[in-house]
Amino acid sequence: MKTYRQALRETLREEMLRDESVFLMGEEIGIFEGSYKITAGLLAEFGEKRVRDTPIAEEGFTGAAVGAAMLGLRPVVELMTINFSLIAIDQIINSAAKIYGMFGGQVKVPMVIRTPGGGGQQLGATHSQNIELFYAFIPGLKVVAPSTPADAKALLIAAIRDDDPVLFLENLALYNTNGDVPDSSEPAIIGNAAVTREGTDLTLIGYSRMAYIANKVAEELAISDGLNIEVIDLRSLRPLDRETIINSVKKTNAAVMLEDDWLTYGIGAEIAASISDGAFDYLDAPVRRVAMAEVPMPYSKVLETAALPSIHDVTHAIYETLDAMGRPRHKIGQGHD
Amino acid sequence: MVEKKILPAKKSVAKKNAAKKSAAKKVAPSSKSAKLTQNESDQLVSFYEEMMMVRRFEERAARSYTQALVGGYCHLNLGEEAAIAGLLKELEFDDYLFTNYREHGYALLKGIDAGRLMAELYGRVDGVAKGWGGSMHMFDLEYRLLGGYGIVGGQLPLATGAALAIDYRDSEEIVMCTMGDGATNIGAFHESLNIAALWKLPIVFVVINNGLGMGTTVSKSSAEPELYLRGASYRMAASRVDGLDPVAVAKASRIAVDSARAKRPYLLEIMTPRLRGHSVVDPAKYRSETEVMELKKNDPITILQNRILKGGYAKLEDLQQIDAKVSKKIDAAHHFAEKSSHPDVSTLFDYNYASPVPNDSRRLPGQALFPSTSLKRGPK
Repeated sequence: MKTYRQALRETLREEMLRDESVFLMGEEIGIFEGSYKITAGLLAEFGEKRVRDTPIAEEGFTGAAVGAAMLGLRPVVELMTINFSLIAIDQIINSAAKIYGMFGGQVKVPMVIRTPGGGGQQLGATHSQNIELFYAFIPGLKVVAPSTPADAKALLIAAIRDDDPVLFLENLALYNTNGDVPDSSEPAIIGNAAVTREGTDLTLIGYSRMAYIANKVAEELAISDGLNIEVIDLRSLRPLDRETIINSVKKTNAAVMLEDDWLTYGIGAEIAASISDGAFDYLDAPVRRVAMAEVPMPYSKVLETAALPSIHDVTHAIYETLDAMGRPRHKIGQGHD
Repeated sequence: MVEKKILPAKKSVAKKNAAKKSAAKKVAPSSKSAKLTQNESDQLVSFYEEMMMVRRFEERAARSYTQALVGGYCHLNLGEEAAIAGLLKELEFDDYLFTNYREHGYALLKGIDAGRLMAELYGRVDGVAKGWGGSMHMFDLEYRLLGGYGIVGGQLPLATGAALAIDYRDSEEIVMCTMGDGATNIGAFHESLNIAALWKLPIVFVVINNGLGMGTTVSKSSAEPELYLRGASYRMAASRVDGLDPVAVAKASRIAVDSARAKRPYLLEIMTPRLRGHSVVDPAKYRSETEVMELKKNDPITILQNRILKGGYAKLEDLQQIDAKVSKKIDAAHHFAEKSSHPDVSTLFDYNYASPVPNDSRRLPGQALFPSTSLKRGPK
């Protein structure tokens, strides 16, 4: 068993040992060892050349990583949180995502931007956003979002070895979660979702923290209510594995999408539209979305908790969907708060 | 010389060019008053030819634009010819060049074939970016032109990163990064110069100051209008040079390039006129009549021509011969471009990703995501 944080740290280290062109850049990743300690010990082991503390200049150093990648290095940039990617967004969208295609495939941009999203830490409006959608929208980028320590490892290996710019979404609430992590350095395949739990009653879809929640809820409802829920962890937001979702919905005839971002225009909107495109005739209920309340995140713990999707919200949405399908409830109200 | 691991080896043509360039470098920069050596006067004539190439290429591009052979935006280097020729004379073939959207002349004098550049303007498969880039996004890996960039100042962080990669590999190339005067006011200018100076990267930042960001003057947009002085904020060596004189520019470029090669980044400001509007379609009505009259005296080609003829460094017929040769090359470039094919629609998704991945979308606008046959559930 390892934590998500340990899996990330060890993978960075292993990839740096394996390939000298892999190096790290970011604010406070060296002496400070990273705001969330993902790079702990790496400066001491690899030195300043490969663990590079940057000035507070997200646009400058993210763009510099793109330029270094154009010359064949494999920079792994840490943006302290995804909120700060807004400062670097021009370089991510107009440079990283464009350079391979815009110049007719002459030069690759093999770089990774690691950054955590996630609310729930009382960090207020500007530090609690889930804006991965901005990047998932952009052709030329790959966006991956592991929800388990094992995936954190396999997807990070894949991202570092990939020849395209990859936005690697982490999550503050997942850093301390545990899971089995294989010793092998087998990379994941970017672009594939995973069915993390098979079932027939309903398809529950999530990514990052909400995939973790989805598995937890499905497990609990199996025990408490005998429900047989299929869970899909998207793992990759671009490319999006619609096939896996459609195949699941064809089997279960219903889907509930869990997302930590805002509902309107959110990732779930794309999932719902895709299900309508690929499994319209198979649906026995509308696709339900559980997403954050559409407000700037409040600081107050009470308000913050109310704004974020809870396990109760997920359970509630599942039962409302089962109701809409005309399925009999088994044992409702057994308390899943 | 450290082994180059970064990019593929150059072709033999490239090596020849490089040899020619380093031979030319031994020529000492001239001063206007002293009698020129044979090498120096040859250099003037050579500048004249390069500058005429840029001039005629741009004139042809403007004409082709009005004939709808060129689409999108088209920004010309008219007035910048001496600056480009002088600047690039001191760059080795292996050195990298990043520039902005006003870049045709830079691509030409970095050594790229005029026909392939014209083909890019025409959006054809033989273009330097296979028709994907256009006027603002020329790119040629072999010639180490690492892009024209359309977002003002967008190339600065990239160029800084390229210099970082050179430093990381302990290699000996440098990066030259040009920009317009307007780019000095965006955040990326400050961030890039700060990082370059902090990390002692092998890079020359070049500000082409033509006095205008589209229609807004430098004095209206920059609190410190002597832009090279901004180098002081980063303890970066900096200077300003007259962009009408290719010899002076080459001399300044030499200093800047040498500094960068010694891992001391440099900021060079070159004062140039912009002889026409911001882009081909801009009539520049914001310029006064006196300003326009003044511009006519500031044509670097006329100035150089007079200098050559007055100094007796070449005869009028020699220059006319060069003109004819250049015109022929540009005509050939146009014909090559015109004959080149448009890209086939089947190649639309060829550059989605460098590492192929499953579920990569290759859907044309009118296509459904899923075939309708897969949608029917059948009888319950």
